[in-house]
Amino acid sequence: MTEKTTHLKYFGIGKILPFLRHVRKLIVIMVVFGLVSSVTDIILPLYQRYALDCFVGLGTFDTLPAFLIAYILTILVAAGSNYISCALATIIEMRVNRQLRQTGFNHLQTLSFSYFNQNSVGYIHARLMSDTSRIGSLVSWTLVDCVWRVSYLVGAVAVMVTLNPSLAAMVLSILPLLVILFSIFQKKLIRVNREVREVNSRITGNFNEGITGAKTIKSLAIEEKMENRFTEETDNMRTKSVQASRLRGLFAGTMNFASSVALAIVLWKGGYIAVDQIGTFSVFMSYAQGMMEPLRWLVDIVSDLITTQVNIERFTNLLAVKSDVTDTPEVIEKYGDTLNPKKENWEPLKGDIAFRNVTFRYPDGEETVLEHFSLDIPFGTHLAIVGETGAGKSTLANLVCRFYEPTEGQLLIDGRDARERSQLWLHDSIGYVLQTPHLFSGTVRENLLMGNPEATEEQILSAIRTVSAEEVIAHLEKGLDTDVGEGGDLLSTGEKQLISFARAILADPRILILDEATASVDTMTEAKIQAAMESVTAGRTSIMIAHRLSTVRNADLILVVRNGRIVEQGTHRELLEMGGYYHELYTRQYEEEATARILA
Amino acid sequence: MKKKQHREKNRTLGLLWQFLKGSKRYFLISILCAGVTALADMIQPQIIRAAVDCAIGGEEGDFPAFVMEAVERIGGFAYLGQHLWIMALAVVAVAGVQVLSQYNFRVFNTKASETLVKTMRDQLFGHIERLPFSWHMKNKTGDIIQRCTSDIDTTKNFLSEQLTSVFRISLLLVLSVTFMASMHPVLTLIALIPTPVIIAYSFHFHRKVHDGFLDCDENEGKLSAMAQENLTGVRVVRAFGRERAEIDKFQKQNDHYTALWEKMAKIMSRFWSVSDILSGTQVMLVVVFGAWFCVHGNLNEGEYIAFISYNSMLVWPIRMLGRMIGEMSKAGVSIDRVAYIMDSPIEQDDPDAVDAPMDGDICFEHVSFAYENAPQMLHDIHFTMKAGTTLGILGGTGSGKTTMMLLLDKLYPLEEGNGRITVGGVDIRKIRTAHLRRNIGMVLQEPYLFSRTIGENIGILSEKPDLEAVRSAAAAAVLDETVCSFASGYDTMVGERGVTLSGGQKQRAAIARTLMGDTPILIFDDSLSAVDTETDTKIRRAIQQRFGKASVILISHRITTLSAADKIIVLDRGRIVEEGTHEQLKAGGGIYQKIYETQSGSREVIS
Repeated sequence: MTEKTTHLKYFGIGKILPFLRHVRKLIVIMVVFGLVSSVTDIILPLYQRYALDCFVGLGTFDTLPAFLIAYILTILVAAGSNYISCALATIIEMRVNRQLRQTGFNHLQTLSFSYFNQNSVGYIHARLMSDTSRIGSLVSWTLVDCVWRVSYLVGAVAVMVTLNPSLAAMVLSILPLLVILFSIFQKKLIRVNREVREVNSRITGNFNEGITGAKTIKSLAIEEKMENRFTEETDNMRTKSVQASRLRGLFAGTMNFASSVALAIVLWKGGYIAVDQIGTFSVFMSYAQGMMEPLRWLVDIVSDLITTQVNIERFTNLLAVKSDVTDTPEVIEKYGDTLNPKKENWEPLKGDIAFRNVTFRYPDGEETVLEHFSLDIPFGTHLAIVGETGAGKSTLANLVCRFYEPTEGQLLIDGRDARERSQLWLHDSIGYVLQTPHLFSGTVRENLLMGNPEATEEQILSAIRTVSAEEVIAHLEKGLDTDVGEGGDLLSTGEKQLISFARAILADPRILILDEATASVDTMTEAKIQAAMESVTAGRTSIMIAHRLSTVRNADLILVVRNGRIVEQGTHRELLEMGGYYHELYTRQYEEEATARILA
Repeated sequence: MKKKQHREKNRTLGLLWQFLKGSKRYFLISILCAGVTALADMIQPQIIRAAVDCAIGGEEGDFPAFVMEAVERIGGFAYLGQHLWIMALAVVAVAGVQVLSQYNFRVFNTKASETLVKTMRDQLFGHIERLPFSWHMKNKTGDIIQRCTSDIDTTKNFLSEQLTSVFRISLLLVLSVTFMASMHPVLTLIALIPTPVIIAYSFHFHRKVHDGFLDCDENEGKLSAMAQENLTGVRVVRAFGRERAEIDKFQKQNDHYTALWEKMAKIMSRFWSVSDILSGTQVMLVVVFGAWFCVHGNLNEGEYIAFISYNSMLVWPIRMLGRMIGEMSKAGVSIDRVAYIMDSPIEQDDPDAVDAPMDGDICFEHVSFAYENAPQMLHDIHFTMKAGTTLGILGGTGSGKTTMMLLLDKLYPLEEGNGRITVGGVDIRKIRTAHLRRNIGMVLQEPYLFSRTIGENIGILSEKPDLEAVRSAAAAAVLDETVCSFASGYDTMVGERGVTLSGGQKQRAAIARTLMGDTPILIFDDSLSAVDTETDTKIRRAIQQRFGKASVILISHRITTLSAADKIIVLDRGRIVEEGTHEQLKAGGGIYQKIYETQSGSREVIS
């Protein structure tokens, strides 16, 4: 993926400050102990100085006990503060990540369907999982590193200045040079790092293609061509990496060289003090060398910040997405929101639906798919919507579920505008059986209870009987307590379909929306599903999105959709007599089904 | 059992050795450079020591003869004491050598490891492309990709960082101990006492936390799967008003995962601070005993300072060493995972396979076939297809029609004794696979397009496809108009980063791609199912015009598609049950006739 280098203020850190509020106390403690730990780092070389100047210089060990106690204490304090600041850095990292993930996840639960239709699951998942984890680690470790290194630098300079101002000034004279070096290398290093990452992701892409497209590659006999292309990328990778390491090596080398120059300065200009202050001399030498480390680190940190800025931007963009469908404050006041529903105020649903002069356009589309559409669907009506794959059959169902809202006009539920009551109320009151049945990991029972958490064992069994799924359940290893696997993948499509019917029955909705399966199931299962569908819809308002026309014959009304528009409507017999598009569709499907039956 | 493990270990090393081809000398140079750097690291404190003890302190100094000689030539230590800039210059000079060798170490180390990784990746990719189709069907894509990416990265890190570091650190250890020992053996011994403890502690620790990290990884996987499931099932979540429950579930796992890490954070930090104490104590011992020997023994001040410098070079590497050894086991696992792919046998041609002419008759001679661990798929398939004719195949799901085509294209090998398939009289087992496939244009049921432009996809078979040829092939597949309606035309990217093509468009792109191959044999495996009857007819007519001489195999359910074939066979459960022309079969009283009647008479049937 190519990274856009946008420029956010302070690398976008400002945008994530709200997510740090709950750990601010920890951050303060981490910073304090980080400071303590770098102070001890600065103090430790001073013991050498003392040893040299006092023990060696004066030739007496009288103060040894006090010296040892102080030394050991410093080591313990250093270890203790290191422990606290390191542990806290990780803890803060994880807590910030947790907060970011949870906020993102909660936000996603409120977004409307248009968002999920426009963005692939993989894309959203990456925003939620990988972007957040990079942000957390940046925040905590950068901060603690920053504290350590900056305070070490400041402390070292301070001690040098105190011990010997003129010598300190000479050592520090190389600093401006380093700053210039830094600014020259910084941009180049960052660019090279990015290039390497890009080639790397291209290589992964190539692997992906070579593996998923293996059958095609073989049948076209283009293995060599693919290989050459791949080799080109790996060549590129090597060139870029070596280039990057040259640059990094050059930078690190110059920095190291500079630190040796500082050492040489100490020796040249400070050598004379070694005669009587050998301790000070040795201390200067350790500081002069230690000083370079924080500077070298600065380049890495800027590079990290720039990379992470992209993550921050992506994540905050996710949070900035607003739902297309929202409840008004008055509605929320009365019915509650997604997270805190006020079920006590919810009216029962009767089951009448009406479209009043509805005009509709998808938020991301330009074409108007419904224009001044009116239709009454009184309780108990069986409505079917038919058309080819991709013709736009789901539009009406999406509107009834309020997954989208009419661009103009009204959708009435029980005679009241759907917007007068909360989305959650509506979703809780209507049943929805999907084309691709989706179960959640857990047992069959848990999945069934999703329909109605209070259902008794008797009700569960009766729902299973209604859809004739007894055999299927009995066949499962642990019956109702069988684990269905991720997305229900341990079960067959037919089994999943039947269980999702039972789930819908347990919910006992007045309105039921069925998105019929296109997936191929064996004839036996198909007959079962067919029968189950009939018993499920009995005594309810139903809207069926049908792929198999044989299943819609008994519907009270059939809407025929083509290229997103309703082109014909009527009962099965009326439509056939019309001899139009429905007739054509029906004929073709009849042929296909008959052929398949003969061949089976 | 033990023997087997041993052999596997050898195999892993052997594989590494094989990958090392071309990068060995880079590794050698980088190790050499590391050696020079370490030496320079050692010399630096000696200069300071000479400066402090001899030049400034006026001591004799017991440096090697050539050093003393050089010093004498300059004017003795006393002279150097007055001209300290010479000593400073020596520091800078040594630093120069140090920096140069360090730079070269870095560059050559990268060259070495990148060359190695390149070799690994290239070989792996080439190997994967040549693994039999059945292997690809058996192994999960995600798992193979994991092996090709993160396992390679782990191996690379092991070789570029850990392996050279272990070497460098050991060298540094040996050298600094040598230098220290040459100055003061007793103090060196004192300095070394805590070393084994630190290494052992660090090694043991990193072995132990390994499980903890695995646990964290596993729980991260669970959390990630949970998010994935929620996103995939967003419609169900909404339809049942399950948002609250989902949030609670996610939060629980999120908290659990975070708590695990917090526990790890404490364990890790405890490790760091314990090793801080251990190494701090070690430094303290050197400082105190060094001072003691300075006063009561035979240690000069300069030596003392040099000693502390060497000692500080010891501390960090020792801590790293244990960690690295502990982490090496990870690399071993990764190399084994890569070896799994490299050890799978690739497709191989018969030694005397030839590039036989491919424009002859195609014969299936008593072919029987079964997939691995599956019931018999094809029973005694026997027919001849004359060169340049069209063969139609009709059959239900699982009747074996696709299997026949996979066998013809050698995507699955036909075992000896199960009949044979010949092209122009030559057994395809004796035809070079690449040659065979290059001469059979097969359009698959579910075609795969590469993430490049549409133009590149269609022209993928030619070295430098010109737009005219691509357009003409696309026109034959009734795709040209559609592509021209895209904003970037033939330069439109396909796939994730570009437009999403419909099933029918993909099929037509795949047809155009195959047509570009100008092959004497063409196979359309139900590849016109997603286009309507009209387009179907148009495409077939265009193919007829372009490839009058080609042998064409059409697999379809549509009688209108099949009827023009010179010969039609009907398959049922792996057997040929009917065979003949459309005219013969439509009145043959079999499956074909039934389907023919349904498809042509259906209009009356319904009304």
